[in-house]
Amino acid sequence: MSEIGERVKKIVVEHLGVEPEKVVDAASFIDDLGADSLDTVELVMAFEEEFGCEIPDDAAETILTVGDATKFLEKNAKS
Amino acid sequence: MRRVVVTGLGMVSPLGCGVEPTWKRILDGQSGARRIESFDVSDLQTKIGCTVVRGDGTNDTFNPDIWMEPKDQRKVDDFIIFGMAAAGQALDDANWHPETEEDKCATGTMIGSGIGGLNGIAETAVLLKERGPRRVSPFFIPGRLINLASGYVSIKHGLKGPNHSVVTACSTGAHAVGDAARLIALGDADVMVAGGAESPIGRIGIAGFNAARALSTAFNETPEKASRPYDKDRDGFVMGEGAGVLVLEELEHAKRRGAKIYAEVIGYGLSGDAYHITSPSPDGDGGFRSMAAALKRAGLTASDLDYINAHGTSTPLGDEIELGAVERLLGNAASKVAMSSTKSSTGHLLGAAGAIEAIFAILAIRDNVVPPTINLDNPSVETAIDLVPHQAKKREVNVALSNSFGFGGTNASVIFRRLVH
Repeated sequence: MSEIGERVKKIVVEHLGVEPEKVVDAASFIDDLGADSLDTVELVMAFEEEFGCEIPDDAAETILTVGDATKFLEKNAKS
Repeated sequence: MRRVVVTGLGMVSPLGCGVEPTWKRILDGQSGARRIESFDVSDLQTKIGCTVVRGDGTNDTFNPDIWMEPKDQRKVDDFIIFGMAAAGQALDDANWHPETEEDKCATGTMIGSGIGGLNGIAETAVLLKERGPRRVSPFFIPGRLINLASGYVSIKHGLKGPNHSVVTACSTGAHAVGDAARLIALGDADVMVAGGAESPIGRIGIAGFNAARALSTAFNETPEKASRPYDKDRDGFVMGEGAGVLVLEELEHAKRRGAKIYAEVIGYGLSGDAYHITSPSPDGDGGFRSMAAALKRAGLTASDLDYINAHGTSTPLGDEIELGAVERLLGNAASKVAMSSTKSSTGHLLGAAGAIEAIFAILAIRDNVVPPTINLDNPSVETAIDLVPHQAKKREVNVALSNSFGFGGTNASVIFRRLVH
C-alpha cells in the first residue's frame, strides 16, 4: 500500500473504529465498514485535514470505498 | 391510576462510578470536590469542581469505554456518555433487557439535562471562527442536543416506547422522574428509563456561573470545604458533573417478572415561582407549593415524611429560603423530620442533581439511614429540623421527599415510599 494509502487507512480505522485488516481498497465505507451518512461526511473532512486539500461535494460523492479515497488523494493531496 | 415503582438505579458521580460506591462515600462524609486540572483555571474566580474521576474502571473510576465505543465518544459531549453509563447500570440493576417487540415498545426513555453540550458548542464556535464552516463536524448538532442522551440510550437498548427529555435547569432530574412516572401511571409505557445527565464543567460554564455570582469562590485552596449548605460561611455552589438514571416500572409488571423493588413513587408536585430568572422567591412559596402538591398527590400529610433530600445548593440565599418553606410545610412536625443536602458531598450536578438525589432518597429508605450534610459547622439559622450535620444517622425512613429548584423559577418535588402491599 502506498504511503497515502497507509494514512487513509489510519484515518478510517480511527474514525470508524474498525479492525485494520478490514480496511482494504475494495471495502465500502457504508456497506463493509459500518459507516452511516454522517460518518462519511466526517471522513471526508478528516481526509481534507490530513492531506491539506479541499474535496468538493461532487467529488466526495464518488468516494465510496477506501480505494476511491486513496486514488483521489494520490492525485490531489497537498501535504 | 397505575402504581409505579423503582426497580433499577444507575449513577456516575464525582464520588465514583456506580450507585453503591457513591452512596458509601456519601455515608462516610466524603467530598467529591477537587481542584480542576483538565483546563486552565488561572483566570477564573472558581478553580474547583466536583469532577468525575476518569480511569480504567478500577477503584470506582469512570471508564467511558465500558459504556460507549470510542468512535462514538468522539461525537458527543460527556453528558451523553455519563447518561449512557448510568442508564446501562440501571437497566442491568433492574435486570430489564427487552427482547420482544412488545417489551421494547412498552419501555421508554426520559433522560434530561440542564444545559447539554455546552463545551462542544464553545469549542465548535471557536473552530467556526478560526477555520470556517467547512470544519464543523456533522456530529456537532446531534452530539450536543439534550435529548440525545435519551436518543443514544434508546438506540443502544432498543427501547421503542416514549423517547422524551426534560430541560428545566436544576429541576431537570426531578421532573424527569416525576413525568416518567406519570407516563407509566397513565399507561403510555410500562417501564421508563428516567433521569438526568450533565457535563457543565469547562471554562465557559464556570465563567457563566461566576458571572451570575452563583459559584463558591472562597475555598479554592480547600475544595472539600466549599460545598457547605446551611453553614454561615457558604458562598455559592460547587459545580458537579455526572448522571443519575432510574428504571421506573408499573407495579404489576415488576411483580410479574419478580423484579427487586426499591420503593414506590407516590407523589410528585410542580410549581413556578413567577419571580426572577435566577433568584428564588424570598418567601419560598414556590418550593412550598411544589412540596404541598407532591404530598397531596401522595395522599399524605407533612408529618408522614421521615426524610427530605433538600435542594440545598450552598448558595447564601437559596438554602435559607428552602429551609423556611420546609418549616412552613412541616409546622409542628419539624422536629421529627431529617433533612440533609447531599450536594455537600457531590456538589451541584445541575440537571442530573434531581436524579441522583432521588436515588439517595430511595437508598435512605432501603437502608434506614439518612446521609449527612457535611461541612455544616455553624448553621446560619436555627431550626427544629435535623439537618444531619457531618455524620450519617441510622433512623427509620419509610417516606422520603426530594426537592429540586431551577433557574427560571421552576420547582419539583418527588416523594418515594417503601413499598406497602
